Amino acid sequence: MSRGRVDLNYFNTHIIPCRYEYYEPRSLDEAIKLLDKLGSKAKVLAGGTDLIVSMKKREVEPKYIINLKRIPGLDMVTDYGDYLSIGALARLSVLEKNPIIREKFTALYEALKSMASPQVRNMATIGGNLCNASPAADTAPPLLVFNTKLRIVGSSGERVIPINEFFLGPKRTVLEYNELLKEIILPYPSGFYGSCFIKISRTSMDLAKASVAVKIVVDRVGVIEDVAIGLGAVAPKPIRAYSVEDYLRGRRFSEEAALEASKLVVNDISPITDIRSTAEYRRHVSIVITFDALVKAFKRARGVFG
Amino acid sequence: MRICFRLNGRFVEVDVEPNELLINVLRDKLGVTSVKYGCGIGECGACTVLVDGEPVLPCLTLAVDVNGRDVVTVEGLSGRVYEVLKKALLEEGAIQCGYCTPGFIVMAYKLLKEKPCLTIDDAREFLRGNLCRCTGYVNILKAILRASKELCSKQH
Repeated sequence: MSRGRVDLNYFNTHIIPCRYEYYEPRSLDEAIKLLDKLGSKAKVLAGGTDLIVSMKKREVEPKYIINLKRIPGLDMVTDYGDYLSIGALARLSVLEKNPIIREKFTALYEALKSMASPQVRNMATIGGNLCNASPAADTAPPLLVFNTKLRIVGSSGERVIPINEFFLGPKRTVLEYNELLKEIILPYPSGFYGSCFIKISRTSMDLAKASVAVKIVVDRVGVIEDVAIGLGAVAPKPIRAYSVEDYLRGRRFSEEAALEASKLVVNDISPITDIRSTAEYRRHVSIVITFDALVKAFKRARGVFG
Repeated sequence: MRICFRLNGRFVEVDVEPNELLINVLRDKLGVTSVKYGCGIGECGACTVLVDGEPVLPCLTLAVDVNGRDVVTVEGLSGRVYEVLKKALLEEGAIQCGYCTPGFIVMAYKLLKEKPCLTIDDAREFLRGNLCRCTGYVNILKAILRASKELCSKQH
């Protein structure tokens, strides 16, 4: 849920105070043709838990609404053997109950469980969480560490891009006005790996002050073969902590090394002060949660759960 | 546009604007005032209803989105789970001003239906999206645990 600028429009009304033309396309093709025709005044509606709040506060006043929920198959979750395919319209509550996500993509599972309320998770979609492009989007850090790819369709065809190229800044993605996110492709990790997600927020329902996801791959003696760290709410977009990763890769895991590495996270982030937290606090707590997440993910990689 | 859906087991037809929210259609056009308007931005859970059996928030749902679907409010709940839950809420004094109560009952009903034998942590986790300014939650949680105890023991 987004909270806008604190100005007159902050006061939310009982109604949606704007009129729009409403469309319910029955296929992806039809939706894209509509987007192509209607241009940038059209808004795509998925779960609505962000868009409708913004419309109620007059932060956006679209002329056209294209509701994607009647398109069959866009919410499918399919196991293709070497990767998991998640339809962009899959609701968060469906994903959190998926055993593959819970076992193989634990960081994503933990992020899903940490989000909003059961009611909101029943409405909100993973595609909506990504396309809304909040720097604090909770599904983004886990997807960043699992080398996720995104399938985008538009009137000129399809393209598949890595997720770290998807976000441009707050509320901005590479999606053109006539393009839609169709599918999230999660390749299954291999080797001894573990992952986890940690979020700092005021209450468990709230948006993140800072969040981190870690995936770590170790060999039999505890040397880090690969590590990926994704952070949310501490930069204009969800980011990877490459300096921490570079420090750790190839070293034998120890708490001392993890702590030294975590301190480098300040090189990767560029937090701001807003209503949820201060930049100073975010810088400090990023180190703490990166360390905690590294230790937890390492334990999981070694088969020690906790 | 005209939409048709099932409301508490009855088939209803109603004319709505595309920008009308389900909460206003339920309250103003169909007279279902148990669906309470709290925050309007999906934070408080006071308006929770079941759509196709899953809890959602009508304050963030377009009325056109329930076309052809099944909507159940607190008025539409019935059966043993509901009766046991209602009795437990009364016995534990889990209601003060009552504004949040319909949302709590819908959620607690859904939880007990799915998982009759539950822990306080299950209840806390599932009800994290329902706010109450009077009770401090203690009696509400006690009531749900009491209902769970009864439903659970009879199950085995």
